[in-house]
Amino acid sequence: MAAEATLASPVRRAKALCRHCNLVVPPGLIDPARDDQFCCHGCETAYSIIHTCGLERYYELRQQLDDRAPAPGTDRTYNDFDDDTFRRLHTRQIGPLTRCELFLHGVHCSACLWLIERLPRMVKGLVEARLDLRRGIVDLAWDDRVVKLSQIARTLASIGYPPQPARDRKSRAHRVAEDRRQLTRLAAAGAIAGNVMLFALALYAGIFDAMDPSHRTMFRWMSMVLTVIALVWPGAVFFKSSWVAIRTRTPHIDVPIALALGAGGLWSVFTTIKGSGEIYFDTVSVLVFALLAGRFFQSRQQRASADDVELLFSLTPSSARRVEGDATRDVPIESLQPGDLVQVLAGDSLPCDGEVDSGDSLVDESLLSGESRPVRVTTGDRVAAGTLNISAELFVRVQTVGESTRVGQLMRLVADGTQRKAPIVRFADVVGAWFTLGMLALAALTLGLWLWLDPLHAVDHAVALLVVTCPCALGLATPIVITIATGRAARRGMLIKGGDVIQSLSKPGVMILDKTGTLTTGGLSLVAWHGDDSVRALVHAVESTSTHPVAKALARDLTDPHAAPVRVTSTNQILGRGIEAVAAGQRVVIGSLSFVSTLARVTLEHADLARRWAAEGITPILVAVDGVSVALAALGDGVRPEARATLDELRRRGWQLHIASGDHQDVVTRVGSTLGFTLEDCLGGLSPEAKLALVERSKASLDPRSGRRLVMVGDGVNDAAALAAADVGIAVHGGAEASLAACDVYLSRPGIGSILELFDGCGRSMHVIRRNLWVSLFYNTTAAAIAVAGLLNPLIAAIVMPISSLSALAVSLKSRTFADHRSQSVLDPGSRS
Amino acid sequence: MSVLFIVVPLAVLLAAGGVLAFAWAARTGQFDDVDTPAERMLHDE
Repeated sequence: MAAEATLASPVRRAKALCRHCNLVVPPGLIDPARDDQFCCHGCETAYSIIHTCGLERYYELRQQLDDRAPAPGTDRTYNDFDDDTFRRLHTRQIGPLTRCELFLHGVHCSACLWLIERLPRMVKGLVEARLDLRRGIVDLAWDDRVVKLSQIARTLASIGYPPQPARDRKSRAHRVAEDRRQLTRLAAAGAIAGNVMLFALALYAGIFDAMDPSHRTMFRWMSMVLTVIALVWPGAVFFKSSWVAIRTRTPHIDVPIALALGAGGLWSVFTTIKGSGEIYFDTVSVLVFALLAGRFFQSRQQRASADDVELLFSLTPSSARRVEGDATRDVPIESLQPGDLVQVLAGDSLPCDGEVDSGDSLVDESLLSGESRPVRVTTGDRVAAGTLNISAELFVRVQTVGESTRVGQLMRLVADGTQRKAPIVRFADVVGAWFTLGMLALAALTLGLWLWLDPLHAVDHAVALLVVTCPCALGLATPIVITIATGRAARRGMLIKGGDVIQSLSKPGVMILDKTGTLTTGGLSLVAWHGDDSVRALVHAVESTSTHPVAKALARDLTDPHAAPVRVTSTNQILGRGIEAVAAGQRVVIGSLSFVSTLARVTLEHADLARRWAAEGITPILVAVDGVSVALAALGDGVRPEARATLDELRRRGWQLHIASGDHQDVVTRVGSTLGFTLEDCLGGLSPEAKLALVERSKASLDPRSGRRLVMVGDGVNDAAALAAADVGIAVHGGAEASLAACDVYLSRPGIGSILELFDGCGRSMHVIRRNLWVSLFYNTTAAAIAVAGLLNPLIAAIVMPISSLSALAVSLKSRTFADHRSQSVLDPGSRS
Repeated sequence: MSVLFIVVPLAVLLAAGGVLAFAWAARTGQFDDVDTPAERMLHDE
């Protein structure tokens, strides 16, 4: 702890970034007396204007925008876009033109639209470029004889919109078709509801004013024809889903709705044919329309969030560099064959499982295994798809690709987990079951009562009761609450893929957190320093000469703008061990304990501390100057700054927290203890399958009726199966493609800070849904009392139903679920209201 | 008042025409993207 304290102040000084533009401030301009530093006079003036006007939130907001739009490298050749496999998968030929949809990164606004749609003027042979601004998808049409897709892609990348193929063309086409059908059904239901209401108005007017019986019959028959169409076409969804619910004996809100629609519809058809008696066609057709509209908006909003997540994961590279003779060629991953040789540059992720043919590098396997320390690989070692090559170029002989790779197998576990996951019995569905029972009991009571009082009108009154007790306020307002909450959450960087999440997260339960990349930053950073501070500059200078990840981390975290530049004359780097150099006239040796002790005298104190740190799971780096060890640095996976406060708040609210990591047990224990976990809550060394088993075991131990749910938070491929199996899987910023596909919620801000905000929002949304239930119940019991008394006629039903729906709707729209604007601190109590 | 027997079904037929037109528009993808055209028209030269 003492070592960490000495570290704190130089690191803060090291980040002498301009307050306004975030660039590094030149050493000469730093004013040690001030808190804020500026790189130039212009920035200082701009800052003082913004500051004096009290608009400092600008900087906060800007920070978030930066987080959301990282600019990926644009040095790709995109030659893989011309490959036959790519063409077969992603393009289609229409006449002389070829068409293809590409996801574009970095599309924000109207100016992007203008620029991208002017592309045909820049690229000869490109005929049309149409952008879908919200989804960031451009639809291109070009003449293949004039221009290649790779050239169009390069042009797009050069103007700042790196393209990627939209992954799954078939399923997207299927989804679009389903969307269109839904919209058509909604339109039909709306038109029918409007027309039937007009007829009903004429009929109600006829109650008070004499109406020609032939006209009355005509209006009744017209209403009947239209309503029957509404019930068998758009309204069929309610009957289908309640039939499924009855067959599987699960409660569902659609059962009482279908009961009301069915009873009202059938009885009205009967009375129309009979020629006398009440009809409820107007109420029934309006119900169908209103309920469909609520569901339509909900599915649209959830689709939008799911699209955003999909966009994120389609941005992961999908090409490989195949060695063909003396040259390399970019090809899509799909066209790789076992036996091919691929080149993997430093910084690229591996496209396949295979064996290293030549090269010597470090590989970051943290997304696959949770292991935070990079692994050294050399000729003959096995490497896995989805891991990241960090230090040097590798040539890899392909062994397996696609489904049979380790990642592919894990993806299959994800698919299984998603299928096996039993749907959560939603609050509205539970209420729906009680509604059904209540409605049937009251209807039986009414029927019995009136069979005794007035047998001629008994069925009439019972049907009136069934129609008027339909829980439409609940059925309409619940989707609207979820729609609004999901939309607002998405604007604040929390992408919710399913409505059930809101209910599951509204009460504290059990949470299993991944360590690497979730609680920690996932990369190497300086976590401790012991010894002579004056050699920091020396170490920084020496390590700056190397590209090794350890050297890079040290150089980054020891940057000190105040220090005078140090001249490094000769360096000798031994991969995996350390570096030896002459800096400022002194002989400096930096490296592992074994390396430094062969070249210099290591004091007993330093050797002891190094061994102790190694045992704790952090990597000790010794520094020796002129033959004697003088300082000790430790590199580890640093804990995220907001993690402790967030976890403490979660504990206070009653969440039970556990860490599950693929990293070594001692590393997990060390990180866990700094975050307030007890020893038995820190589980290390877990394979993806073990994580999955842990989640399933913990889930089984929770009583489903208690409302306590199992939440899994993670980012890696190794978490994906567990994310899919948990009641709610939350993937955090920077996660692997597999985890994005498996999760229910994706947090686009780094770290777990926004979890609290997510939980608050879900809690408030559930509160609003419950309030809707009371509004609904109030109207329904009032109406039921009138119906049992036999005083209800279709006119009263037609007035009561919309009022109840509208009032529930008004309550929902006015409610605060997720805060409506960005960038309030999640830990700021003011953001909770 | 027997004119109602012609006018009312006619009105319903007109409404059906509207629904069919909407279905055609939805099927040809005219509602797939409702945000971009609003922006695009600002740039037409």
